[in-house]
Amino acid sequence: MALDRITGEHSVAFVRSEQLFDWARRNSLWYLAFGIACCAIEGLMSASGPRFDFDRMGVFFRASPRQADVMIVAGTVNHKMAETVLRLYEQMPEPKWVVAMGACASTGGPFRSYPNVVLGVDKIVPVDVYIPGCPPRPESVQYGFIQLQEKIKRQAEERNAARRDRDR
Amino acid sequence: MSELHDTSYEPGLLAEGTFDPGERPAGIKRIPRGVEHLATEHLVVNVGPQHPSTHGVLRLVLELDGETIVNAEIVIGYLHRGIEKLGEHRRYHQLGTLMDRGDYMSGIHGELAAAMAVEQLMETEVPAKAQWLRTLMSEINRIASHMVWFGTFGLDCGAMGQFLYAMRDREALIDVLEAVTGQRMMFNYVRPGGVLADLTPEMESAIRTFLRTIDGYLDEHDALLGGNEILQMRVKGIGTLDRETAVAFGLTGANLRGSGVGYDVRRDRPYAAYPELEFDVPVGSTGDAWDRYTVRMGEMRQAVRMIRQCIDGIPEGDIMAKVPKVLRPPAGESYACVESSRGELGVHLVSDGSDMPYRFRYRPPSLYSLQALEEILPGRMFADAIMLIGSIDIVLGEIDR
Repeated sequence: MALDRITGEHSVAFVRSEQLFDWARRNSLWYLAFGIACCAIEGLMSASGPRFDFDRMGVFFRASPRQADVMIVAGTVNHKMAETVLRLYEQMPEPKWVVAMGACASTGGPFRSYPNVVLGVDKIVPVDVYIPGCPPRPESVQYGFIQLQEKIKRQAEERNAARRDRDR
Repeated sequence: MSELHDTSYEPGLLAEGTFDPGERPAGIKRIPRGVEHLATEHLVVNVGPQHPSTHGVLRLVLELDGETIVNAEIVIGYLHRGIEKLGEHRRYHQLGTLMDRGDYMSGIHGELAAAMAVEQLMETEVPAKAQWLRTLMSEINRIASHMVWFGTFGLDCGAMGQFLYAMRDREALIDVLEAVTGQRMMFNYVRPGGVLADLTPEMESAIRTFLRTIDGYLDEHDALLGGNEILQMRVKGIGTLDRETAVAFGLTGANLRGSGVGYDVRRDRPYAAYPELEFDVPVGSTGDAWDRYTVRMGEMRQAVRMIRQCIDGIPEGDIMAKVPKVLRPPAGESYACVESSRGELGVHLVSDGSDMPYRFRYRPPSLYSLQALEEILPGRMFADAIMLIGSIDIVLGEIDR
């Protein structure tokens, strides 16, 4: 939903507050600055650098999980780290999303045959978007975030449709 | 002294026998006796593994007295993924892939060390052109890696702007690396026996274009961060490592050279095409954070100098020696080391004659630098801890392996 569709020609619109929040949420996805391994250089540093400029999508880093909406799991998670990843996820306020960036976070990647490595971060926390690559390019990460925005939009529409059916 | 300023305890408190001064209650290190002995309870602060300035997943447990660090303990292992053990189940050609993911900031150096160790076992003669290309790519990668250090070091000191400039210039370097190797980070470019790909004329001109601007950029960076008085006041004389301590900890690279020891693998145990290049080794004097900063800035300028010599001096010839598809080196041992962006990166291989190494050992320079952190942190302010982590330039991928 674009802003002109809310305001229309009379500059006054009647929307559910929830619709407005959903629109705001998906355009200000603040991620947790939590780089685990190699993917952090591409997904968090290069992507927020001047060339790829994550800020223009409203994606910005927060240092504390209590202020973040999205957790980008960028790197290999091993058993010692798994506890921390889960705790950070639990500290994030609702609504929250998880992006599994790269082969390691998705499946364990090149290290999956080592017994200490968690075979994908979805074993610990629910994952919304998987980004393939080792490491994914910054453009891939941005594409992943566009997919996440689509997903949030879809979920919001489904929720509204369900409410309309119920109210009828 | 007025009663207001008399902070000594009421004599009645002790006389009544509520606690015996000889016996310390749990949690209180010292019992206050007056202004000169006024002490507070020590506070244990956990930093990491999720912290934006720990350069990965380093965890520090700091014991603080007020804002002064009394004791520091480093906890590692949050990125342990068995690179050494997995290397024993990979063929010799595949070691470079693992080395890339060890020190992920300077992948070429890791690949080069692994390839050189394999070549020593195989007694392979590498063509001259491949040696020059290896040198050229190593130096480009060194600047790219130092750019990340430069940007994050500024962030650790509280400066935000130059991070964006550093990332801008790093993209120019990454473009060159990507054009030649096909990847932005995990290059897998250096193979046992030579290199993957040759330079095309377009790539050569891309490197020359980059060389035209880099000097000005480096001056700009140095003026922006190093010329800042606030930064100088924050780093000068802080985190001093003297020569003896630096050598005792086994430091290499810029951390050792900052302490005044001029050891550089490129000069003292030459490999690839370095014997034919002219370069200086920047050396610091006191070993504080400022010296480590100036040594790294000097290294970037020397790297530019070497890239200029390489691009003009690449000889004609093959880029790959004749090596079999499956390498089966004779039984034996080899050790090869290169000067990575962080110090002496070594690979020790033990072969039993099969197609996989019997033992694969990876000497990460960051691990030794990190141990020195426990030495320089006590006595400093808490805010210096983050700056000092930045100043020793560690990569957790190669520390935990």
